[in-house]
Amino acid sequence: MIEIGLGHYLSLGAIIFFLGVIGIFLNRKNVIVILMSIELILLSVNINLISFSIFSGDIVGQIFTMLILTVAAAEAAIGLAIIVIYYRNRGSIRVEDIHGMKG
Amino acid sequence: MLAHSVFFYFFSVIAIFSSLMVITSRNTVNSVFFLILDFISVGCLFIMVGAEFLGMIILIVYVGAVAVLFLFVVMMLNVAEQKQSWFIGKKSTHIPIGLIVSVLILLELLVVVGGWKYKDDLMSSSTLNLSNISNTHQLGLVMYTDYILYFQLAGIILLLSMIGAILLTFRQRKGVKKQSYFNQISRNPSSSVELRDVESNKGVKIDD
Repeated sequence: MIEIGLGHYLSLGAIIFFLGVIGIFLNRKNVIVILMSIELILLSVNINLISFSIFSGDIVGQIFTMLILTVAAAEAAIGLAIIVIYYRNRGSIRVEDIHGMKG
Repeated sequence: MLAHSVFFYFFSVIAIFSSLMVITSRNTVNSVFFLILDFISVGCLFIMVGAEFLGMIILIVYVGAVAVLFLFVVMMLNVAEQKQSWFIGKKSTHIPIGLIVSVLILLELLVVVGGWKYKDDLMSSSTLNLSNISNTHQLGLVMYTDYILYFQLAGIILLLSMIGAILLTFRQRKGVKKQSYFNQISRNPSSSVELRDVESNKGVKIDD
């Protein structure tokens, strides 16, 4: 309990991943919260990669983490741009109002 | 070691609480602020565990760029505060399915974490294991040599996302006066200056 090992970090990553997934499913508000849940999921993946990288002494996991950071920033920029033009066209970004593709 | 565990529990409790508040708070602006708190605490965890460079990158890139971008979009779009929370309101069929799937994912991940016996000599590596140089130095040694292709690809992804975001949000507005360099340069005196004879005691009517 006192000794913090790899399992503690992996558990933290698992809990944050779970919260991100549940945030996507339970969302009744706008689409921006869904994007923030995706950011949470990517953050939990980063926690996993960095903890394995530190505890196994291999630096490559941190390089993968940096690539994931790049992809997360690009995804946030594109997603927010799509949300902005959707709001400009329709006037709402609520989840219930987005049913143009009947999904 | 005691300080390590105390700081781990402190930051991880803050991280879990703030990610819970991200998905449940009613106001979207509060969600963004809790997202920033989450990033900060996880960045502190990274710095604490020994990945200082990535911790600082998380603080700079996530908190300084991505979360502020979220905040900017939330405030620009005038997203009103929702009246109902997520568990009252219109009945939705995907919420129990989503709960079941999420809890199953959490249980599977925790089973993997709890039941895994790690090797004792986990400190073995295929790449550099130099403990006397700093974390940033190690990252630079590996990233600019072995992984230079991925580094360049990450740059191309950032460039593509920048071009995509500009193209998506670009629009031509009507009625906005713009400067046209070609029209300015291609003017000549005969098209822009007109000489008139003015009779005395009478003005000149300028057609505009």
